[in-house]
Amino acid sequence: MNEGRKEIVQVVFVLIGIIFLIKLFFIQVIDSRYKDLADGNAILPQVEYPSRGLIYDRNHKLIAYNTPEFDVECILQDVKKFDTARFCEVFKMGRPEVRKAFKDMKARKEYSRFKPTVFIDQLSTLEYATVSDHMDEFPGFYIVARTGRAYSTASLANALGYVSEISKSQLEHDSTKIYKQGDYIGQSGIEAYYEEVLRGQRGMRFKLRNVKGVEKGSWNNGAYDTLSVPGTDLVTGIDLDLQQYAEFLLNGKAGSIVAIEPSSGEILTFVSGPSYDPNQLTGRKYSNNFKLISADTMKPLFNRPLMAQYRPGSIFKIAQAMTALQMGVVKPETRFFCDRGNPMNCHGPHSNEDLRGAIANSCNPYFYNVLRRMVNKGKTNDPFSDTRVGLADWNSYIESFGFGGKLGIDLPNEKTGLVPTPAYYDRAYRGRPWKFSNIYSIAIGEGENLVVPLQMANFAATVANRGYYITPHIVKEIGKNGKPLPQYTEKHYTRIDSKNFDIAIDAMEAVVDHGTATRARMADMIVCGKTGSVQNEPRPDHSVFIAFAPRDNPKIAISVYVEFSGQGARAAASIASLLMEKYLTGQVKRTYLEQYVLAGKFL
Amino acid sequence: MLLDQNRGDQRITGNIDWPTVGLFALLLMMGWLNIYAVVYDEATAKSFFDLSTNSGRQMIFIGASLIIVFIIMVVDMRFYETVAYVIFGVAVFVLVLVPIIGKEVGGNKSWLGIGSFGVQPSEFAKFATALAIAKFIGSVGFRMDNMRNQAILFGMIGVPIGLILLQKDFGTALVFVAFLLVFYREGMSPFLLVVGTCAAALFILTLVVPNRLYLEIGVFVIITIIILMGKKTIRRILIFGIAGVIIAGFVESTDYIVNNALKPHHRSRIKVLIDPSSDLKGEGWNVTQSKIAIGSGGFIGKGYLRGTQTKFDFVPKQSTDFIFCTIGEEWGYIGSLAVVGLFVALILRVVHIAERQKNRFARTYGYSVACLFFAHFAINIGMTIGLFPVVGIPLPFFSYGGSALWSFTILLFILLKLDANRGQVLQRMN
Repeated sequence: MNEGRKEIVQVVFVLIGIIFLIKLFFIQVIDSRYKDLADGNAILPQVEYPSRGLIYDRNHKLIAYNTPEFDVECILQDVKKFDTARFCEVFKMGRPEVRKAFKDMKARKEYSRFKPTVFIDQLSTLEYATVSDHMDEFPGFYIVARTGRAYSTASLANALGYVSEISKSQLEHDSTKIYKQGDYIGQSGIEAYYEEVLRGQRGMRFKLRNVKGVEKGSWNNGAYDTLSVPGTDLVTGIDLDLQQYAEFLLNGKAGSIVAIEPSSGEILTFVSGPSYDPNQLTGRKYSNNFKLISADTMKPLFNRPLMAQYRPGSIFKIAQAMTALQMGVVKPETRFFCDRGNPMNCHGPHSNEDLRGAIANSCNPYFYNVLRRMVNKGKTNDPFSDTRVGLADWNSYIESFGFGGKLGIDLPNEKTGLVPTPAYYDRAYRGRPWKFSNIYSIAIGEGENLVVPLQMANFAATVANRGYYITPHIVKEIGKNGKPLPQYTEKHYTRIDSKNFDIAIDAMEAVVDHGTATRARMADMIVCGKTGSVQNEPRPDHSVFIAFAPRDNPKIAISVYVEFSGQGARAAASIASLLMEKYLTGQVKRTYLEQYVLAGKFL
Repeated sequence: MLLDQNRGDQRITGNIDWPTVGLFALLLMMGWLNIYAVVYDEATAKSFFDLSTNSGRQMIFIGASLIIVFIIMVVDMRFYETVAYVIFGVAVFVLVLVPIIGKEVGGNKSWLGIGSFGVQPSEFAKFATALAIAKFIGSVGFRMDNMRNQAILFGMIGVPIGLILLQKDFGTALVFVAFLLVFYREGMSPFLLVVGTCAAALFILTLVVPNRLYLEIGVFVIITIIILMGKKTIRRILIFGIAGVIIAGFVESTDYIVNNALKPHHRSRIKVLIDPSSDLKGEGWNVTQSKIAIGSGGFIGKGYLRGTQTKFDFVPKQSTDFIFCTIGEEWGYIGSLAVVGLFVALILRVVHIAERQKNRFARTYGYSVACLFFAHFAINIGMTIGLFPVVGIPLPFFSYGGSALWSFTILLFILLKLDANRGQVLQRMN
């Protein structure tokens, strides 16, 4: 009786043991999911956002800094017994908003129910204060602090640019894979240009927490934690006082002001008018304000000093004069008769000036003749090919001033302007022949010539330096007491000898002393300048003025464009003069001139 | 003559089965280390022996169990057989008392409190029942094929099961079903076991298969094939036909049972077994977190005291019912292999000891010990890895708690005492 039963019983015992071992083998060795699930349970990865580099002006006044900002993050799998009504009450949200927040969170690229995902971004400090006491009522929701951007000034917006959450398309095109959705990135201005320097390095901490979400120290004693590395500070060449004064003067007008320290190429003032307060494009206000600002018909986001391409107008006569001297086609004593209307009109009481006088009085027919001598040197008998050769020669001088190409400022979206070349005219005339009589308006900076205000300021600095320029740049130190980017220490020489610059400078002194720009005259300082009035028929001319001062060892070179405000001698020269006075003497005494500028509304 | 006067070599350890003692000691030690690991907190790390911790208290329980071992070894072996029915009677009486004067712990009213000290009478009912069944089967002239004897045996396990169910302790009640294996070994027809197993399998199938119609068709097809394959006598066809109808009715009634007769938390525990994600935050939480804990251990484990699932309370009851999670998480597959291997070795050793007994009382008792250990081992580990519904029963020697530890110690060492003195027993096997 009962034979074999003891074996059967033992087989059952062993069989169960084997089944367990097989099942255990599957869940412990083969299936790797459980490891991740356990890590997701117990390890709470927390990003430590680095503080973005600060931005200072040349006197180490703080311009851009960081303010604490608080995001609410959610780990969906930890959300238990979510009380929507209570959540709405604490966070002052409506039910549809909460629903939308959940939907948006799940739509995020990096969303996972086991990992923290941004649920509400950018609580203000006040919101944080009211909410933080109640966070324990909402398991699965955490507040993460990071820093947002703020600016100490309402000015300089177009140079600073702004910082905002990285866009979907930027994220897709980010080959470095550094950014994640929700990260901030510089979107324009130096915030964008120096993004890599400013952003610093993100840190990561892995914290352990128990089933209630209570932190239980660091994972593996912090072996995998990385500290965040703060971004590098930038010192700009901007003089914040001068910048604010310049914006004050340009208020109510469209245009741009660029002031440069000639010896270093550092930009002292960079104004695009009209502008906006850079603080409008920070934090939670960003998206609303961005819509408003970008819809503004006056285009405050349009960075005029770099992007507005104007004809240079009479200012270009300085470059023409020096090029002609360098080519040897005129001498300072060369005179041309001002036969008005044939083919060019002129203005002012003069009739037969030499080179200096022609610049001082901005004589158009004089420069018509100068250009003819430069372009038609009679190297061939055919007027068409002679013009072609002459124009190409002329191009090579003009382009050495930095016209017709990007200067390479440390800001995005710089436009090139235009110096017409033979190839350009071939395209313009669609292969039909052209000669001097087709192109002479470029003699006085009209016609096809285009420059951006930055190039004009750089031109003023080049003249001030008697022959070279250093590429204009905003940032003069990367890291406090650091160096600028290497390309901003290099001198670019023009093809003009410095003795010819002296002749131009004589003329520019005369312009201010007794020529078209006597408004720009200062009491104890020799100012050199040149007016321009860019034609815009039927609207009023753009008022243009470039200048530098003092004549010897110049400290500031400036270009001012005021749109639709008439002759350069008025708005532009007055503004330039006031700014030079402010920068060089530290104060403005000529309040009558200030009143004159402020009274002029040209929009 | 309570004390054992007849020990041949005058040593209480004489003739004791050292391999079993070794396995017992090994499992006890591992259990104790794991209890320390469960509550270990780096920030407030306390000594193994700190009495404010579970591991400190477990050390006291272990000390007490060693005293129990000593007492068992010095008591005359004949004492246990003699007083088996008395012990059983006392156990049943105490079980009756529990619902009346017991205190409620965690929803189960299964504790008897004496001051701050509490014991679980249901734990001690196990060895009492084992002794009584062994005595009954070992009695002179006992025949398993006698229906009256079988009825008495079912009564002997039915009474404690019923009383324990009154305490809502479903897990411990289930353990007593293991005695069916003992009955089988001692000659009971396997019919009940087979029918029981088939019923359980069908029960699970009904829950798994979304539409009961498929199952009914399956039953019909299988019955038809069986009828067609054998002799086609009227009687045979009738028997199988009736069996088919009963099975079909069982399938139909299962749905009713699941949805109406079972308590909601039992129902969801069974459903969770099939699909843990059906109730992730509720009943499924335990199984899911338990599997995560064990599964995340990998092959070599996270290292002693380094389990995150257990230490940070993701696994519930991790000191008691889910202690195996700590082993799986911190020691990995190697640890699982060791623990499963040691348990199977212990159970087989107990079977081996049972088979070498010279009287039926000792052999039956030995099988009862093996089957009770087996039930605890199979149900406990089965539930932590999702092969068995979650019913709260301890893993022998590992789970924190005095009552269970003492109960298992008593069970095992009475057998070792009987085994050590088996030479003094007259052969009266049949």
